[in-house]
Amino acid sequence: MFKLLKYALYDIVKSRFALLYTLFMVLVAISIYQVSEDMSKVSLSLLNIMLMIVPLISAIFATTHFFNNLEFTELMLAQPVKRRDVFLSQVLAVMFVLSLAIVIGFGVPMILWGADSSVLILLGIGIGLSVVFAGLAFLASVLTRDKAKAIGISLSFWIYFSLVYDGFVLYLIYSLVDYPLEKPTLALVFLNPVDLGRIIMLMQLDISALMGYTGAFFQDFFGSAKGILLSSAVMFIWMILPVSAAMRVFKRKDF
Amino acid sequence: MKPLKLLFLTCCMLYAASLEAATIRVKNGQSIQKAITQAAVGDTLIIEKGTYAENEITIRKPLTLIGESYPIIDGREKGNVFLVASENVHIRGLKIINTGMSNMDDSAGIKFFDSKNCTVEDNILEETFFGLHFSNSSSLTIKNNRLSSHAEREYQTGNGIHLWKCRDSFIEGNTVSGHRDGIYLEFVTNTVSTGNMIEANKRYGLHFMFSHDNSYIQNTFRKNGAGVAVMYTRNVLMKENIFEESEGASSYGILLKDITDSEVVGNIFRNNTIGIYMEGCSRSTFKSNSFTQNGWAIKLMASCDQNKFEENNFMANTFDISTNGNVVLNTLQHNYWDKYEGYDLDKNRTGDVPYRPISLFSVIVEKIPAAVILWRSFLVTLLDRMEKVLPSITPENMIDNSPKMRPYDIRTANT
Repeated sequence: MFKLLKYALYDIVKSRFALLYTLFMVLVAISIYQVSEDMSKVSLSLLNIMLMIVPLISAIFATTHFFNNLEFTELMLAQPVKRRDVFLSQVLAVMFVLSLAIVIGFGVPMILWGADSSVLILLGIGIGLSVVFAGLAFLASVLTRDKAKAIGISLSFWIYFSLVYDGFVLYLIYSLVDYPLEKPTLALVFLNPVDLGRIIMLMQLDISALMGYTGAFFQDFFGSAKGILLSSAVMFIWMILPVSAAMRVFKRKDF
Repeated sequence: MKPLKLLFLTCCMLYAASLEAATIRVKNGQSIQKAITQAAVGDTLIIEKGTYAENEITIRKPLTLIGESYPIIDGREKGNVFLVASENVHIRGLKIINTGMSNMDDSAGIKFFDSKNCTVEDNILEETFFGLHFSNSSSLTIKNNRLSSHAEREYQTGNGIHLWKCRDSFIEGNTVSGHRDGIYLEFVTNTVSTGNMIEANKRYGLHFMFSHDNSYIQNTFRKNGAGVAVMYTRNVLMKENIFEESEGASSYGILLKDITDSEVVGNIFRNNTIGIYMEGCSRSTFKSNSFTQNGWAIKLMASCDQNKFEENNFMANTFDISTNGNVVLNTLQHNYWDKYEGYDLDKNRTGDVPYRPISLFSVIVEKIPAAVILWRSFLVTLLDRMEKVLPSITPENMIDNSPKMRPYDIRTANT
């Protein structure tokens, strides 16, 4: 398992993608820190990167990585190693590199210019979303044999979660405005990892506005540590679910 | 004639002085009420350190009460502690605790009726229902008192400093916490409130109605149940106050209802759900205020007209302004908006393109509060951008034609 992981990691580092991605992150973080001096503004600008760019890159990279290494995977499957280990080594290597890029990319500017709790939470959300979307990408990859198709599915996951889903929620809220919608909307938000990350950040940045909502349920949720705990727990479930689904398919897949 | 008159005057003054000079010491265990009854007009009563279990202590003549290192007057949870109906009563340095808890007689620590030229200074009031209660009085000085109550619910406590039908007074440097309203004024005119610290009261920090020509300067209102609410009043000056941390569904930094011809200048609004909520206000000026990290900096209802918003700073608010209609009869100019994305080619520090402080999404949230959950999502950002390019839903006239490129330096003395 560790040997497999080592080779997978070695492979990714060799592809230079990781280096470029880290460099990109560093550049983005530095430019944001240079432009705005206020910490809440920094986290605000970083939020869009984390919610849009990070999932996109994670999804595409994970898919291409899977297909680039398909021959190696097939070769490994012919060896007396567990399918689970072969699959997990690939997945974990990708997740590790993506997370490391974020940690280094944003960590270095943070050490240089300082950070507060909201920026640190944002970092956590970035890592969480990388893991979620890498998992989704692997799921897309094992579902099909065609690389282009897999990338297509990964991209549609991304578009769905970051755009279409919110439109659907907004439409729902709009058309059911006369009903008490607190619990359903919150539940709907939990069904989308991008929204979930966003809500965790909202609780840091816009708590004043969130407290303005009249629903007692919202008040209760946002007014306590319960909100953060619950949303982190659901985020964790999101991180595990796609990978385990992908693994299940992978185990039975006929290569 | 002239020297005679002078002599007469001097005699008068000496006589008066001899009257005032009478100083009576009230020792621990003696009755304050008895001492007051026996005292002559203008006497000074010095109340020594100790605990006096008395209530309904009535003062009907000019007197000065001074406490030595805060003697405790314990009302034993029955009625009022002091009742005053006279001119020139000065009360200083007492610690008044445990009044009754009744809305029937509005039990208070010190209650003034029909009084004039009175001073209440440096007192400590704890667990009083109403703290200082004044009605039909004038020329009062209420200074450096500390009032606190620990009621759990709004109906279990009265107002801290309560003035009804009073005029020409000073309310200065008091600290009020845990009461229903921190300062409550009704039919009060020509009164100045400065440097008060009003914190964690159950309902409003400051609450006034029909109280014209008053000013509020350098007060701090923090974490009060529903912030500050003021109504049906004209000619108010609010200057350099701090309104902060009023968070909740019906909580306002300041709620202005039917306020006219007033000035709100140099105040700081921080971390409120709604910085200013305005309804039916006209001809008022809002200048040099700083709005930071509020949910809504200003909710300007369409019933407001001829108000001016000038040279304010809007920074890190979730929404800068929202409104409930398409009619805008107010003007915005020379404000600094941190969300402004325009440019300044001629370098005159004023942006060359106008700024529209109302975003499409704030209109949506105004209609459907639950939609706030989608704030900062990509979809909402896209919608807002589209609306900025082609305004269709947001009110056309809510516009700042001269947005500033740099924030103003706004600070108050009580930060």
